[in-house]
Amino acid sequence: MICLGIEGTAHTIGVGVVKAVKGRCIVLSNLMNTYLPEKGGIHPREAANHHASQVAGLIQASVEHAQVQYSQIDLVAYSQGPGLGPCLRTAATAARALALSLEKPLIGVNHCVAHLEIGRGTIPECKDPILLYVSGANTQVIGFAEGKYRVFGETLDIGIGNCLDKFGRSLGMQFPCGPKIEQYAKKGTAYLELPYTIKGMDIAFSGLLTTAEEYARRGNRLEDICYSMQETAFAALTEVTERAMAHTEKHEVLLGGGVAANTRLRTMVEIMAQERGARFFVPAKGLCVDNGAMIAWLGYLMHQSGIRMSLNDSIINQRFRTDMVEVTWRD
Amino acid sequence: MTDKILYRGAEAEICLTAYHQKQMVQKRRVKKSYRIKEIDAQLISFRTKEEAKLITLARTCGVSVPLIYDVDLVGGVITMEYLRGKRIKDILNSLGERDRVRICRKIGESIALLHNHDIIHGDLTTSNMILHDDRIHFIDFGLGSISTELEAKGVDLHVLMEAFESTHSKYPDCFERVFEGYVKAFQRDASDVKKKIDDIVRRGRYR
Repeated sequence: MICLGIEGTAHTIGVGVVKAVKGRCIVLSNLMNTYLPEKGGIHPREAANHHASQVAGLIQASVEHAQVQYSQIDLVAYSQGPGLGPCLRTAATAARALALSLEKPLIGVNHCVAHLEIGRGTIPECKDPILLYVSGANTQVIGFAEGKYRVFGETLDIGIGNCLDKFGRSLGMQFPCGPKIEQYAKKGTAYLELPYTIKGMDIAFSGLLTTAEEYARRGNRLEDICYSMQETAFAALTEVTERAMAHTEKHEVLLGGGVAANTRLRTMVEIMAQERGARFFVPAKGLCVDNGAMIAWLGYLMHQSGIRMSLNDSIINQRFRTDMVEVTWRD
Repeated sequence: MTDKILYRGAEAEICLTAYHQKQMVQKRRVKKSYRIKEIDAQLISFRTKEEAKLITLARTCGVSVPLIYDVDLVGGVITMEYLRGKRIKDILNSLGERDRVRICRKIGESIALLHNHDIIHGDLTTSNMILHDDRIHFIDFGLGSISTELEAKGVDLHVLMEAFESTHSKYPDCFERVFEGYVKAFQRDASDVKKKIDDIVRRGRYR
């Protein structure tokens, strides 16, 4: 079975084509284009306009790159939520139009669950992980328990990516600021104390952000601030992930989301996993960020387990929580 | 006698050890090499100190907790009484309806006793409660604090609510029963705390 997926929850519009072979996910193509604001954060309408101008070309290119014919596509999947309304609607409209013209079924999927399933689908040893999902908007610790994907811990205020972006932007860096902060952090030498906020398995970053901005105003070395931010925030993320692993007695950890590209975060989570005898996985780079292939793959899993969606039900849901998904494809 | 590890948690090992010829439990906080030593040392000594302080305080509020015999701040070790009970997490799902409701209410009463004295547990889950001698003992105050704020009490209960949702989802009324017990024993207006919990739920992503 071949499935085409369209991702459009935030700044990235992505189209991927996947093929299921013996229950494994083979990515045939996975193209994307990211809206980059000239200044400030993401503007939902501008991002949606960007997606609308890109999506048709991306579908064409992705199908060509996958070396399939439109007639071979069996299913069209799209990101139903959570995300920014205008962006979600643009991706969903494109998916509806494509499904109708190909006369193929349409299915909407949960973006956060897709981040987890693409790990399970493309990494053979990854079977029942705790996912640390770290992106601009989302920071969640997710695992499968009692029939659903449950959020064991999440940010109580802002996502870690957003925290890094806000700090970077306050100093004039351009989005995405995470990679720039990572470079500064490598040259940091002195640790500046920052709030380390954990409540149970939940986490908060706004205090850390305010204090880091204050250090910057006082003229502390930028390298030291970036180093301290990464060390503090990532230690807290690693700790809540480990707590969730201990709580659920799971022995695998998976990273996902744009911030998973950060080498220091990867190293920390990997050390944590090694020390507790657990396995550590990161999907291939293009499958970690927001992408169409993961949407296609989750669409396939849902369709295969018997889920069908009518056109009327294909309305988007900006507040589509991870634990709202009925998981019919796992025992 | 060699020490036996009873449980390996995320931040500490719980070991059975001999101390003055008695069988005791030691909670040993483990150094984490994923974090830099400044953060590691700070977290370990701060949490050990806070935990020992809060456990002692909780006892004076009438909440069952293990007795503390010794505290080592540098090593991050608390030596305490060995409770030969069962974790609520492991027994709650197999209890009969009446016992389950009774246990949940008792949990709520104990939390209210803590909150009456502004003690915030910080990690209220059913794995941190041990049924021993028909009393519910609270353990693991490692993320606890003292706070007069309503917000802290709300967050404390919200953590427990989430734990029930993920671990005891078969019985969706557990938290309601806990709150019934809480209302009974809380000396201030529990409806303010309830409102705070609703606030916190709404504040969560995508609510």
